[in-house]
Amino acid sequence: MNAVILVAAMALTTAALRFLPFLLFEKKTPPFVVYLGKVLPAALIGMLVVYCLKDVQIASATHGLPELIAGAAVALLQAWKRNSLLSILAGTLLYMVLVQTIF
Amino acid sequence: MKSQLLKKAFVKTLPVMAGYIVLGIGFGILLRNAGFQVGYALAMSLFIYAGSMQYVGVGLLAGGASVLSVILTTVMVNARHLFYSISMIGTYKDAGKYKPYMIFGLTDETYSLLCDGTAPEGCDANRYRFLVSLFNQCYWVTGSVLGSLLGAVLPFSTAGIEFSMTALFIASFTEQWMSTHDHIPALTGLLSTFVCLLLFGSDRFLIPAMLLMTLALSLLKGKEERP
Repeated sequence: MNAVILVAAMALTTAALRFLPFLLFEKKTPPFVVYLGKVLPAALIGMLVVYCLKDVQIASATHGLPELIAGAAVALLQAWKRNSLLSILAGTLLYMVLVQTIF
Repeated sequence: MKSQLLKKAFVKTLPVMAGYIVLGIGFGILLRNAGFQVGYALAMSLFIYAGSMQYVGVGLLAGGASVLSVILTTVMVNARHLFYSISMIGTYKDAGKYKPYMIFGLTDETYSLLCDGTAPEGCDANRYRFLVSLFNQCYWVTGSVLGSLLGAVLPFSTAGIEFSMTALFIASFTEQWMSTHDHIPALTGLLSTFVCLLLFGSDRFLIPAMLLMTLALSLLKGKEERP
């Protein structure tokens, strides 16, 4: 039961974040908000990359090598082929092989 | 005409399909391994529909977090949706009956498909954007349910599948980098977050990072506009 309440809390909070800007700024959008809408997506994706790698331990265990190798593979594949699907699948498979067999 | 619109929207979402199914399966497996059955996977993917939050949510559910800490964590993890919505206010302005669902379904991936504001010629742009949003959620829900149902019987080890989320963001970052000339916003995001991770630690760096990058970007804007 408690878990149902927690799921509802996540759902309502997420929806609130998505709807709030429309409710606040739809009638009249301040120029600063327009500017933020333009530059923030790129900055936020950079943030998400760091967020995903936040728990990698450099000093111990695998020294973050599987993440480094698979992450570099994703970036290089994407730069080369420009196919997100391919980069994500190949990088994930490589990472799974690395953590299951080598490290 | 209508089938053509369907087809165009479907083709547009193909790059997201496998990614969402893989990420969804990863989520379903994690949730199941944490002791929650398929109903939870279905409900979370239908009603929360935010990939990284659902991954984080597995830990919250398993750890029996309090409602307040769940709300605060959701705000921290999903605060970026405020900014996605901010930049879609113009594009979604006249979407009418489709609008509530389109706002609800504005994930990272749907945003990245629709944020340029274009739609195929001669099509009902709002219906097209609605369908793109809807197809994406169908993939996500399908993946989550599959992962939850099949996770236990998969004949191979799924250790490391959680990297698909990291891979998604690295691919998006690289793609964004390749398709723009101005790398200042991307670098600002990367550096602000990294600095805040070092300063605040891995549990509480997201909000400071967003504040810092907003501050940095607004200072850069002032500089840009000076004659």
